[in-house]
Amino acid sequence: MLADQDRIFTNLYGLHDAGLAGARARGQWDGTAGFIGKGRDWIIDRVKKSGLRGRGGAGFPTGLKWSFMPKESDGRPHYLVVNADESEPGTCKDREIMRNDPHLLIEGCLIAGFAMGANAGYIYIRGEYIREREALQAAIDEAYDAGLLGKNAAKSGWDFDLYIGHGAGAYICGEETALIESLEGKKGMPRLKPPFPANCGLYGCPTTVNNVESIAVVPEILRRGAEWFEAIGRPNNTGTKLFCISGHVERRCNVEEAMSIPFRELIEKHAGGVRGGWDNLLAVIPGGSSVPCLPADVCNDLPMDFDTLRDLRSGLGTAAVIVMDKSTDIVRAIARISYFYKHESCGQCTPCREGTGWMWRVVNRMAEGRAQKREIDMLLEVTHQVEGHTICALGDAAAWPVQGLIRHFRHEIEKRIDDYAANPHSDPVAMEAAE
Amino acid sequence: MAKLVVDGTEIEVPDHYTVLQACEAGGAEIPRFCFHERLSIAGNCRMCLVEWQGAPKPIASCAMGVMDLRPDRDGTPPKINTKTPSVRKAREGVMEFLLINHPLDCPICDQGGECDLQDQAMAYGVDASRYQENKRAVEDKYIGPLVKTIMTRCIHCTRCVRFSTEVAGVPDLGATGRGEDMEITTYLEGAMGSEMQGNVIDLCPVGALTSKPYAFSARPWELRKTESIDVMDAVGSNIRVDTRGPEVMRIMPRVNEAVNEEWISDKTRFIWDGLRSQRLDKPYVRFDGKLTPTGWQEAFVAAKSAIEGVSPDRIGIVAGPTASVEELYAAKALMAALGSPNLDIRAPHSPLHPSHGRASFLFNSTIEGIEDADALMIVGSNPRKEAPVLNARIRKRWRMGNFPIAVIGENADLTYDYVYLGAGPQTVAKAAGNLPAGAERPMMIIGQGALNRPDGAAVLSTAAKVAMSDGLVGEEWNGFNVLHTDAAQVGGLDIGFVPGDGGKTTADMLAGGVDVLFLLGADEYDLSGAADATIIYIGTHGDRGAHAADIILPGAAYTEKPGTFVNTEGRPQTTLRAAFPPGDARADWAILRALSGVLDKPLPFDSFEQLRAAVYADYPHLMRLDAIEPADPGTITALASPGGQMASDPFHSSVADFHLTNPIARASRTMAECSALAAARTGEATGTDG
Repeated sequence: MLADQDRIFTNLYGLHDAGLAGARARGQWDGTAGFIGKGRDWIIDRVKKSGLRGRGGAGFPTGLKWSFMPKESDGRPHYLVVNADESEPGTCKDREIMRNDPHLLIEGCLIAGFAMGANAGYIYIRGEYIREREALQAAIDEAYDAGLLGKNAAKSGWDFDLYIGHGAGAYICGEETALIESLEGKKGMPRLKPPFPANCGLYGCPTTVNNVESIAVVPEILRRGAEWFEAIGRPNNTGTKLFCISGHVERRCNVEEAMSIPFRELIEKHAGGVRGGWDNLLAVIPGGSSVPCLPADVCNDLPMDFDTLRDLRSGLGTAAVIVMDKSTDIVRAIARISYFYKHESCGQCTPCREGTGWMWRVVNRMAEGRAQKREIDMLLEVTHQVEGHTICALGDAAAWPVQGLIRHFRHEIEKRIDDYAANPHSDPVAMEAAE
Repeated sequence: MAKLVVDGTEIEVPDHYTVLQACEAGGAEIPRFCFHERLSIAGNCRMCLVEWQGAPKPIASCAMGVMDLRPDRDGTPPKINTKTPSVRKAREGVMEFLLINHPLDCPICDQGGECDLQDQAMAYGVDASRYQENKRAVEDKYIGPLVKTIMTRCIHCTRCVRFSTEVAGVPDLGATGRGEDMEITTYLEGAMGSEMQGNVIDLCPVGALTSKPYAFSARPWELRKTESIDVMDAVGSNIRVDTRGPEVMRIMPRVNEAVNEEWISDKTRFIWDGLRSQRLDKPYVRFDGKLTPTGWQEAFVAAKSAIEGVSPDRIGIVAGPTASVEELYAAKALMAALGSPNLDIRAPHSPLHPSHGRASFLFNSTIEGIEDADALMIVGSNPRKEAPVLNARIRKRWRMGNFPIAVIGENADLTYDYVYLGAGPQTVAKAAGNLPAGAERPMMIIGQGALNRPDGAAVLSTAAKVAMSDGLVGEEWNGFNVLHTDAAQVGGLDIGFVPGDGGKTTADMLAGGVDVLFLLGADEYDLSGAADATIIYIGTHGDRGAHAADIILPGAAYTEKPGTFVNTEGRPQTTLRAAFPPGDARADWAILRALSGVLDKPLPFDSFEQLRAAVYADYPHLMRLDAIEPADPGTITALASPGGQMASDPFHSSVADFHLTNPIARASRTMAECSALAAARTGEATGTDG
């Protein structure tokens, strides 16, 4: 369990002053100019050394990502873009940072912006986050007034401007290139890669898109040392991580914990355990709605980190842990997730546009039992036809939950089909996914 | 050059190639829907997936540049597989997705037989559907009188959207909604406002956008296809005329990179219903003020009696916009036989003349050369209306960047940004010395609107002076360009279809300068001044010329006769006969030959081949089809010297109504509908204009 002194987000619950004075009292904005004085390479090297992996879902090493930015500008400006389009169902960590610890993010933006040679940063906030935008804007205004942003930001000698872009509430705009398109004022549709944003991103200039949490932890990594961060968790899965625990637990919560904390410890320490006791656990979606679910039997001492979950053919994703107890209609739950992806598909490329609707319709029928057993394999094949064939990862995100369902709960679907076939004229049951 | 291995064969391709192009260079066939070489890359259909050895996922070959491929770990060139089972499976998956919501209504679809989806479903489709759900149905949209929509068939490749935004320059089409609810439409279902919109029909890989006038009228395999040349404007777009029996069913573009790429204007494409109506199918002679149908013999006798006894210098001929070189040659020979110097193909007051040298009336930079130019001034022309396909080439160049454009004349929407210098000749006089710094290949386009006016000679001279002083004309680059609007004009000038010594010009002849006036398809002029003359009209349609005529000799339209046309660049191309002229109508050269026989002055050719041989013997450059005979730029210097007084009234484009520029267009219902729609659109308040 993470010791209190190792916490980065010390005002995660908004118990203290979120303003600049409170932030300074918690140690933020301390020595910022000094880090910048040590140069770009030092910062990137520290971040690399810390083993920080992107907190937005894919887990790509942050320092490595920053090092893709051109060392010297070819005349084009560089941009830092912060992805605050936190739309993955189950995920609610970035909003707490923006509400309660916005200065960690702003300070991180300045440092990250300097490390990639960017004089301007954009924070793209999800459309539904209106209060969060206001809170963050207030914090940015405060930072400007205190000379922490703008010309010679925080007396570091580096000019840095930070702007907020407000989305309109589309899930796809959390995909980095769709986010860039949206920020440019276009339709939020992912771009083809290559070229990657580090080469040709916002307005055609070198750009790096990072998650809010990835940026917000950077100042503390520099203050406390990369070795400190690296020492938390397991190798290659280091540091602290915000877990968003929702679903059938006693107390749903956001909590900062060490990476690789065992699942049962996470739930029982912070969320009061599974509703109705550990044995009532049916399944877990460990990283937001897009990752495949895991059945209860693998969850006992499951380390919650990127590599372990990947090996179990799931993923840590955004660490949005959705707990489902045995009252859950798992097929119905996945059908609802399928509907979400069908609804949020941008419609640009064929497999996702057509496949998400197909998957949803079939899973939906299966939830009622109105299907043939051979359709289960067909559905699995359809998910594989979508996965990996699309422009962006939304196709994968739509396919994985269904794959997880079939992999671990095929018996549940078959039972549903048998029940329906045994009594085909019964009134359809009005089913709820949960609660 | 980049090296890569396609299906085991190592090939070397230029750096800018995409993997798709490289694969094709390596002999592999890559299916595609959204990719089109003249449009930006969308990469959204996912049909062109190939396997890059070592990559975790298949890659969209259309969107990946060969330079983006890394060599293998062992340093050997990257390996692309296009025929492995995994590639096939990926494509079959995409094809299945495309088909699940496609209505599969091929038997009632006009695209049937020439449908990309149909063809590729033969290669990658399966015989039965696994899709048990309801199919998506999409409301059809109204997007104008030319393009019919059946939007349920749409596969969202966005070729049409990209075409209208990029090539046509009218961002009318777009997609609304997202996911499977995405729909292609125009804003509030207004009609598309482009002169090139018909091209989306060719671009659409399925039957979502089809030709409205052609709907349900023929199947592609019933049609006989004849490669020909368009005569609606002076661009000389390469077309294919599809006929069934005696009727032209539709007109399609052919690829000619130097002329029209693969676009044609709507007038070119949809003119064909005008070939069926208002046709002159038998000779007429006016008796007691009334045109009466007769036979050829009576008509010729009437013509003979009209000509006999008239002094040769009181006989004249004016040729119209769609006459081929051969018939102009025959008409010129007939005039020579009659001893008359009165012949003209130019509009009244036009200063163009072959004696000024060929460079003085050609589009010297060539259409393809527009892409090499680095600055442009347009004088007295609206190329969007006068030559839409050429305008698209200007827009293509403009989109590449660093192409400042200035306009003198109409301040119209040309689909690209320009600096508006002024409206009339005075601005031309002051235009010298304004060339953008560093421009090495500047060009000037002079439209007929600046020339066909009483001060046309002075305007031409002044423009030439500007061109010379600004260095537009050199040995390497000739930036002096005349944009013609009549397909026959350059051919006519090439063979000297202008007044001989002491001959009368079009303006003179129309003002009553002759007693017998031949009109060779000339319908664009006011004939009231020639009311006392006997008018012998040779042409195709019951239009203005026929109404004023005393004797009508029915001719053949451009789809009904072989003929040479020289486009505005000076490029000779030939049409071929796709259909026969209706009724008693005959090819125009044959009419002239027959008439010469009746007049006892037989012309020295008895067949079209003999006529053409005579043309080629006199003007050998016309023999070299599709090749431009370079014109001597030195003659432009001489052109610059006379100068002259210019009036102050502004230039107007010579094309007032794009859709109704010739008798065929005026006989076309489709064109009439388009014209009315365009007029209504111009009249509409935009909401921002006060």
